[in-house]
Amino acid sequence: MPNDTGPNFQQNASRALDDQQLRKNFKFAMGNFILKRKQIFSDESETEQLRQIGNTIKQRALSQLPQLLERLEQNCSRNGIRVHWAETTAEANQQVLRIMNANEANRLVKGKSMVSEEMGLNEFLQERKIEVVETDLGEFIIQLNDEKPSHIIVPAIHKNKQQIADIFHQKLPDTPYTEDVEELNAIARRTLRQKFYRAQVGLSGVNFAVAETGTLCLVENEGNGRMSTTVPPIHIAVMGLEKVVERLADIPPMLRLLTGSATGQLITTYVNMITSPRKPGEKDGPKEVHLIILDNGRSAILSDPQLRQTLQCIRCGTCLNHCPVYTRIGGHAYGFVYPGPIGKILNPQIEGLKKAGELATASSLCEACAEVCPVKIPIPQLLRRLRNESYTSEHLATVKDGGCKKNLMETIAWKGWEIINTHPQINAIGNKIMSRLGARLPRIGPLKQWTRYRTAPKLAPKSLHQLVDEEGIRHE
Amino acid sequence: MSDSSRDQILNRLHAAIGEQPQVIPEPADLPQESLDRSQKIEKLKVLMEAVRTEVHVIENQDWTTVLKDILKKRDLRTLLYAPGTPVGDRLQEAWMQESDELPELVTYDGDIEDFKEHLFGIDAAVTSTVGGIAETGAVILWPDEKEPRLMSLVPPIHIAVLQADKIHSTFSEAIEAENWAQRLPTNVVLISGPSKTADIELTLAFGVHGPKELIVLILHENR
Repeated sequence: MPNDTGPNFQQNASRALDDQQLRKNFKFAMGNFILKRKQIFSDESETEQLRQIGNTIKQRALSQLPQLLERLEQNCSRNGIRVHWAETTAEANQQVLRIMNANEANRLVKGKSMVSEEMGLNEFLQERKIEVVETDLGEFIIQLNDEKPSHIIVPAIHKNKQQIADIFHQKLPDTPYTEDVEELNAIARRTLRQKFYRAQVGLSGVNFAVAETGTLCLVENEGNGRMSTTVPPIHIAVMGLEKVVERLADIPPMLRLLTGSATGQLITTYVNMITSPRKPGEKDGPKEVHLIILDNGRSAILSDPQLRQTLQCIRCGTCLNHCPVYTRIGGHAYGFVYPGPIGKILNPQIEGLKKAGELATASSLCEACAEVCPVKIPIPQLLRRLRNESYTSEHLATVKDGGCKKNLMETIAWKGWEIINTHPQINAIGNKIMSRLGARLPRIGPLKQWTRYRTAPKLAPKSLHQLVDEEGIRHE
Repeated sequence: MSDSSRDQILNRLHAAIGEQPQVIPEPADLPQESLDRSQKIEKLKVLMEAVRTEVHVIENQDWTTVLKDILKKRDLRTLLYAPGTPVGDRLQEAWMQESDELPELVTYDGDIEDFKEHLFGIDAAVTSTVGGIAETGAVILWPDEKEPRLMSLVPPIHIAVLQADKIHSTFSEAIEAENWAQRLPTNVVLISGPSKTADIELTLAFGVHGPKELIVLILHENR
């Protein structure tokens, strides 16, 4: 977890860039994802139409978010799903703990959930002597090695099979070293089946919650999500409050956008729609289903009409796959739960600009993320906005820690720039000084940073103005 | 404590969207392709086979005969089925006629709490489906008292029986035609293939948690 000043992004990024294995793993995987997405969205105009629908569905949902959440709560309650609200991640963790304690439960299996990562749920429960087992294969691998996900969809993508073989061999009892992927899968299946069998509580995320029917939709390929939400007697689902959609009819287009963008699939192996706990007469399924709705800064994001678009995100991860920065440094370098372009706009708003504002600068603004986003979030625009927010005056700021980078030196520098450029005489003197310096510009302050990877600019001895005065304009 | 969190969150959200929230128009409809029955069967078959589902289209023939052939090729001890359903009853009948070299039929006996140990040792299960989706290639299951949810998940082989005339062109069409919004059961699951993962170097591997094999029998009365 990052400390108060936030992780050292520059240092993390440099270290990641020096790691050849890591770069190879990401380059291969991201290239593959880009190709697969392209194959599934081969018809450009149809894709554009679909993205527009996705954008409208999410914008509509956000424009009536409190009403939809109340409706979701009402319908879930009617169906027998118990709804809890959490302002903070700490409160959400307590709610999970309370449900576990009320049932004297100390073994929990987890389907993949980014919100639970945001909560730091694993550490929280483990400190309280509760066994927490990640059951998504990728999450299971990194949990064994005590790491965090490096990608929203494929959390262990930074590891190659030799590294995974090592982890299994060392961390799982009686496991021989094998690089055979089928065999590695079989090992995980054997180990985790026991965990599903014995767990008292299953925890999952939510991809979409349908207000109209009170239904929780989960998509997955492995079946661990269905296991976690069906075998244990209690199911707890955690969701960010932006995951609600209005109608059941919204699900088919959202589903196509999600699976196509995330993994280049027409549909995942399983689409699991949960509307109630086990009813009388039914033989399986959890007897209790709980839904925890988490805010953690999201309601503040909603209040800004431009930044609100951040909440349209469906966590498909395609902006990561297409990002030239992410592809080179991987997910860990960002130092926050959500990496890549979406992380660069989400973390600063949740954690504040002081802690996470630097992320917004880790972009070349190439626009690749905006071009592929299934719900058309204008990520580069929001990045510019967040950069500005860091330097704005505090009383104008709408984001947490707004204006935190505003400082006297920079204010003076810009004021000076303004004076020079609005007064021709001063400008002329300035130009003269600069041209004398030529290539000997002192590399201090911002220029030092700038010239780390770039050639320093050479200033011409005479300005264009001067040359035109002396030689006139040549018409060649 | 939680109640006040609820109110505070909702109050903030109401304040955030303002007194007169922006009105966003309804989303456009998805472009729908309408297919005839044989096109739907073909599309579903091709797409499901592409994700390693074994699909058999059975025309004017007893499906249990085909199923028996499929099972004989595999060395299975037990087959879970659901008596009291059309699929289960037909299966039972067929096994009574002849069951040499075939797995023993077993039923989901009692609640999961009592049946769990047995369930995790079963080799295969047969379930019915309420329909299919041609556009994406998937079968739709609505588990119920007779056909519990874990039948299609825990045993390593899942055999699903699908009536050809229940295949819809798209998911949207299925939701609308069958009025899902008014009558969703405890759980609905769409299944497109056997359980799979690509979490290790994006190498595809099957049967990581759920069934290693999915076999779909499409019953097509050609009249």
